Amino acid sequence: MATEQLVLSRPRSQSETITHYCPGCSHGVVHRLVAEAVDGLGLRERAVLVAPVGCAVFAYNYFDFDGCEAAHGRAPAVATGIKRCRPDLFVFTYQGDGDLAAIGTAEIVHAAARGERISVVFVNNAVYGMTGGQMAPTTLAGQRTTSSPTGRDIARAGSPIRVCEMLATLDGPAYIARVSVHNPGAIRKAGAAIRRAFACQVADLGFSLVEVLGTCPTNWGLGPSEALRWLEENMTPHYPLGEFKVIEGVAGL
Amino acid sequence: MGGEVGRIEIDQERCKGCELCVVACPLQLIRMSNWINHLGYHPAEYRRPDPSKGRTRECTGCAVCGLVCPETAISVYRSLLEAAA
Amino acid sequence: MTSYEQSRVLMKGNEAFAEGAIRAGCDAYFGYPITPQTELLEYMARRMPELGRVFVQAESEVAAIYMVMGAAASGARAMTSSSSPGISLKQEGISYLAGNELPAVIVNVMRGGPGLGNVAPAQGDYFQATRGGGHGVYRTIVLAPASVQEALDLTALAFDLADRYRTPVMVLADGSVGQTMEPVVLKEYQRPQDLPPKDWAIGSCAGRMKRTLHSIGLEPEVLAEWNQRLQEKYARIREREVRWDGYGLEDAQLAVIAFGTSARVSLTAVRLAREAGLPIGLLRPVTLFPFPDREVADLAARVNGILVVEMNEGQMLEDVRRVAGSNCRVRFFGRLGGVVPAPEDVVSALWAFWEEVR
Repeated sequence: MATEQLVLSRPRSQSETITHYCPGCSHGVVHRLVAEAVDGLGLRERAVLVAPVGCAVFAYNYFDFDGCEAAHGRAPAVATGIKRCRPDLFVFTYQGDGDLAAIGTAEIVHAAARGERISVVFVNNAVYGMTGGQMAPTTLAGQRTTSSPTGRDIARAGSPIRVCEMLATLDGPAYIARVSVHNPGAIRKAGAAIRRAFACQVADLGFSLVEVLGTCPTNWGLGPSEALRWLEENMTPHYPLGEFKVIEGVAGL
Repeated sequence: MGGEVGRIEIDQERCKGCELCVVACPLQLIRMSNWINHLGYHPAEYRRPDPSKGRTRECTGCAVCGLVCPETAISVYRSLLEAAA
Repeated sequence: MTSYEQSRVLMKGNEAFAEGAIRAGCDAYFGYPITPQTELLEYMARRMPELGRVFVQAESEVAAIYMVMGAAASGARAMTSSSSPGISLKQEGISYLAGNELPAVIVNVMRGGPGLGNVAPAQGDYFQATRGGGHGVYRTIVLAPASVQEALDLTALAFDLADRYRTPVMVLADGSVGQTMEPVVLKEYQRPQDLPPKDWAIGSCAGRMKRTLHSIGLEPEVLAEWNQRLQEKYARIREREVRWDGYGLEDAQLAVIAFGTSARVSLTAVRLAREAGLPIGLLRPVTLFPFPDREVADLAARVNGILVVEMNEGQMLEDVRRVAGSNCRVRFFGRLGGVVPAPEDVVSALWAFWEEVR
C-alpha cells in the first residue's frame, strides 16, 4: 500500500509558455526557483516583475503575475517607482550582466544605497547573451568573447566586477548573496537564497539581491553539461559563493 | 513489495534536448530518444525498469533530474511505502 | 467666492509648477537638481512628504524618468522635471512612456544650449519637444506656459491630458517663467469626471488575469499596428486639444506669433506698436503639439506678414512656414544664447517689417 506524492513540478507562478531560452540555459532553472519562492511565500497575487533588456526581456511571459519592461539597466529605477507608490506589492527585478553591471550600475548602486524595498535576481553568465556573446563587465580574464576575440585583456579592458562584494559595502542592503546552479546541491542553495531575499522584502527589512552564476552554453561555445563544469571550475573561484550581507532580522528568515 | 519508490513524467514536447537530466540522474535512468519533437529536439525519455531487458534499477524519486531541467519539463513522484507489519 | 476657495499668492514659476501638480493630485515626483528649475524639486521635497506622497531625489535624470515609468505603470499620477540637458537624458524614457502608453508629466525649464550652455532662459528645445525628442514614431503633448499662473494651471491640465490619452505630456517653459515671481490665483482643482479608468495598470493580479506592460513588438506587422494606434491617438489629440491665445488679431494686418517668454515680450511690443498706429496682433500658441495649424493658416490668409519671435535659431518658425505656405510673408526675429529680447527691439523689427509688406 503506497501513496504517491508529487514532489517536483512546474510551480503555480510559472506559466506554461515554453521559453525562448536556449537548451541548457540557466535562466530556465532560475525562473523556476523564483516561481517556487513566490509560491512558497504566497506572493503570486501581489507580485510584480520588472524585466530587463537581455535574454530575459520576455521574462514577464513566463510568470503568472503582473510584469513590465524597463529600458536597459533601469529596472531598479522602475521598480523603485512601483514600490514607492505601492508598498503593498512584492516588487522584484530580474537582470543580467549587461543590464545590472554595465549600463545599469548607477541604478543598482543607488537603489541598494537607498535601501529600496525591492528584491533583485541578478543572473551572471559572464557574457552578453542576447546580442550574441560580447564581453561583459563580468567576463573573466582571458575569456574569449566576440568583442574580446583573443581573450579578455586586463590591461585594455580592466578586470571583471564582483557585484555582491561591491554592493555589500553599502549600508542600504539588508541581504546580499551569491549562489550558483552548476549542480543539484548548488541549485537547492540558490533556491534557498532567493527565497530568503524575497522573505527579506516581505518582512520589510530592506534591499535584497541574489547573484546567480549561470551558464550561457550557446555563447560560451560549450554543450550544456560542459558549460556547467566550466562555470564551476572557472567562475566560482573568481565569484565566491556565499552571503555577503545579512542584517539582523534576515538571519532568521 | 512491488512498485517503484519514485517515478518521473517527462513532458517531451517541452524538452529542448539539453541532456542535463541524463547527466544528472544518479541511476542513469534517462536517455535521449531518437525521434524529434515539435520544437525540433530529441526529447529525453525515462527508462522504466524492465527485467526482461536487464533493466533492474528503479527511480528513487530523488528529483535531481527535475531540479536541473531548465524547462521544468519533468514532474517527479515519490511513493511512501508502508512498513511491513 | 470665499477667500478659502480662491486665494492670490505671490509665487515663483518653479513653485507654481509644483503647486499645480500637487493640486492635481500628483502622487509621485522624482527629480534631480539642475538650474534653473531646482526650486521645483525643493518645493516637492518639502511638500510631498508632508502630504504623505512619494518624493525621491533620484541619482540622475535618467533614473528619475524610469521611476516615473514605474509609478505610472502602477496607476499613479507621476511627474519629473529638469532643464534642457537633463531633458535630453530623459528622451529614451519618454519614448518608453509613449510606447507603453503611460501617462506622465515632464516639466522642461529651458536654458541656453547646446551642450552645457548656460542657465539663462532659452527656447532651443522646441524641436526636441514637439518632434517626439526620443527615438521612434511618437509625439508628446506640449504645453507652453507664458506666466506663473499658466505654470500652475497648465501643469494641472497636463495630468488630465496625460490620463485622458495615456500619453506623456511635456510642460515646456523657459528659465524666465521658472524664475519669475508673479501673483497667482489658486483655484480649487476639479478632476474631470470622464477620465478613462486605469484598467491597464499593473499591481495585484488577484481575481483577474495577469497584465504586462511592454512596448516590444518583434513582428513588424505587430509593431506597425501598435504604431498606427499611436498615430490615431495623435490625430485625435490634434483634433481636440489645440489651445492658443490671441491679442489684437481682429483688425490685424500684421501678426506676431510667439510662445512663452517671447510672447510676453511680444505682447508688450504689440501694445506699444498698436498705440503708435500699427495694425498688429499677436497669436500665442499654448499647445505647441498639437500646433494650432488651422488658426495660423487662417491668420496667414488674412494678414500681410507674420513675424515669428523666438529665443532660438528659428524652430517654431518652421511650423509657421509649413502652415502659412505662400499666403503671407513670414519673417523671423530671434535671440540666441539665453538672451531675452527687449520689447523695443521687437517694435523696431515690426516697423521695419511693416514697411516691407504694407
